[in-house]
Amino acid sequence: MTETLDTPEKRRSALRTMVLIREFENHVRDRFADNEIPGFVHLSQGQEAVAVGVCTALSRDDYITSTHRAHGHSLAKGLEPDRLLAELYGKAEGHCGGRGGSMHVADLDEGMLGAQPIVGASVPLGTGAGITAQLSDADWMATAFCGDGSVAAGQVHEAINLAATWQLPVVFVVENNQYSEGMVFDEQHNVEDVAEMASAYGIPGEIVDGQDVTAVNETMRAARERALDGDGPTLIEAKTYRYRGHFEGDEQPYRSQEEVEDWRENRDPIDNYRERLAAAGELTDEEFEAIRTEVKAVMADAVEFARNADEPAPEAAYDDVFVEEAPEIDAFRERMAADGDNGGVGL
Amino acid sequence: MSAETADRETETLSMREAIRAALREELLADDDVFIMGQDEEDGGSFEVTAGLHDEFGFDRVRNTPISEAAQIGSGVGAAATGLRPVVNLSFADFIGVCFDQVMNQAGKTRYMFGGASEVPLTIRAIEGAGLNAAAQHSGTVHTLVAHLPGVKAVAPGTPAAAMGLMKSAVRSNDPVVFFENKTIYERHGDVPTGDDFTVPLGEASIEQAGEDVTVVATQRLLGESIAAARDVDASVEVIDPRSLYPLDTDTLADSLRKTGRLVVADESPLSYGLHAEIVTRVVENAFWSIDAPVQRVGVPDTPIPFAPSQEDEVVPDADDVRRAIQRTV
Ligand SMILES: Cc1ncc(C[n+]2csc(CCOP(=O)(O)OP(=O)(O)O)c2C)c(N)n1
Ligand SMILES: [Mg+2]
Repeated sequence: MTETLDTPEKRRSALRTMVLIREFENHVRDRFADNEIPGFVHLSQGQEAVAVGVCTALSRDDYITSTHRAHGHSLAKGLEPDRLLAELYGKAEGHCGGRGGSMHVADLDEGMLGAQPIVGASVPLGTGAGITAQLSDADWMATAFCGDGSVAAGQVHEAINLAATWQLPVVFVVENNQYSEGMVFDEQHNVEDVAEMASAYGIPGEIVDGQDVTAVNETMRAARERALDGDGPTLIEAKTYRYRGHFEGDEQPYRSQEEVEDWRENRDPIDNYRERLAAAGELTDEEFEAIRTEVKAVMADAVEFARNADEPAPEAAYDDVFVEEAPEIDAFRERMAADGDNGGVGL
Repeated sequence: MSAETADRETETLSMREAIRAALREELLADDDVFIMGQDEEDGGSFEVTAGLHDEFGFDRVRNTPISEAAQIGSGVGAAATGLRPVVNLSFADFIGVCFDQVMNQAGKTRYMFGGASEVPLTIRAIEGAGLNAAAQHSGTVHTLVAHLPGVKAVAPGTPAAAMGLMKSAVRSNDPVVFFENKTIYERHGDVPTGDDFTVPLGEASIEQAGEDVTVVATQRLLGESIAAARDVDASVEVIDPRSLYPLDTDTLADSLRKTGRLVVADESPLSYGLHAEIVTRVVENAFWSIDAPVQRVGVPDTPIPFAPSQEDEVVPDADDVRRAIQRTV
């Protein structure tokens, strides 16, 4: 990573990651519909260029924090599709051993500090990573993803203000997909653009076309450099759009099918980038098909992997509540092992 | 007189001094420890950390904006990425504005990520009535926190426990909320010297041995209970649980097996309080030893009123503990 997208190979690789996210979420959509994937899932299709544009500008050591809509960020940051999918299946081989599922994924080795489905919570988490970076004079920084709706939450304000006041090496990336669940942007905010809010914190606010991976990458690289130079946070508003409902199963009474089709037809981040690379003579149709074929194979393997992965042992439910276990948890674990049911279990 | 002070060299410290000394030792011992809170550079509320900013500087002891959610939330982020933050929440009543960060972030991060991260975060929270600070600055909320999965909670009643538990809290790789009662900062007691002294999380202390009645008492009410014990015609064992979660069930149940009588004195509101948990654990373990109805002493489910006459009415004291003891014998 830390790519400038300055060579055809890097550009094709960025395109491939976007295709991977799209394809990954096609599988999630279908396997969720089949009831193979339990729980709630929120797809990011349409927003791939934000995840990839941002994460290609980061180093492996940089941390990101994410939201309930975390698949794209996770894959772009380097998490493996097979283990990520296994996590969504609730399997032991998943990134979090099946404990987190779609909405709570972390892999600190890849710099994925955690998805936070409490709306807004990704932002103080990112600010906190920025404190560590600053106090330890690190050469890495933190990026907090959040949605347009989250900006109305108090903890987002507090965390951006804190990072700005302390000039922490953090970049806040607001993915403005224009909706929070069923509520359109204007219903929640009295500004035209989220980026305007940056001036309230005395930090730069940048608006970028979130459908343009190059533009996102360049904006993010500049913000990252600022952060690492000790010049503090930047707020980036990426204008984007989600194609699927808020969650799988959302009937979307709040928007028209024409609106969705318009974005898909005219502003699709993958189509646009593919055309741009083709026009520059960097990508033939065959090469694009080869990317698609390769990604489909990766995803077919990932699905097999996730399906065949082991269920976590039920008793592993007692692990990781604490690092230093509490006798209470140990006692409950032992009683469960002895009795096999938790009725009337005391301490 | 706790077990820790029995055969060691000790010095006399106040609760305030003990907490400050513990934090100072941890700042000296580990560069990853840092403190943040409102007015922390001037010692924070009740001047508990006075002098530490001067000694350690802004990187280690710093003021924050009035942003409790960001203080705790960023504390989780800093902890998960390698530091050991000590966040001063100041008045425990303020937990309302950052409860998400305590409940959903501090408490669940490690678990929901399958053990991917550790959250060595300490939160200081100042509780207790008695200063006519009224409803929003007098609460005792530790039951709320002790109830949360993934969070440990301590509430020491002696300087030795304060010193030893603060060091354990900062060294712990789990989130610990450290509750201080604001009315006992000047309570003095013997504290073992030497930086190897700690009190493990989850160990109660028998502060006064006795044969007839067990009084489990926290924080301010520990002192009130020891005073009450002098005024009753019974041999009273007074135990400071010190750590609320984990809770030292064995020490409490063992005492009950000996005395057969139980009073629980804690300043939480009575319903669904710490009292209930302690009683339950004792009943589960020592049911056949119980000789009298158990007694709870606490705040009778009201917010804390301002008027001194009303505050005195609802906040329990030694008299209430004495009457509770007498009801058991
Ligand atoms: C504190 C909190 N309130 C409400 C919700 C329910 N909720 C989940 S996602 C969401 C919408 C978030 O919108 P936005 O920040 O724009 O992100 P997007 O879904 O568009 O990615 C809401 C309201 C929640 N998870 N957490
Ligand atoms: Mg949105």
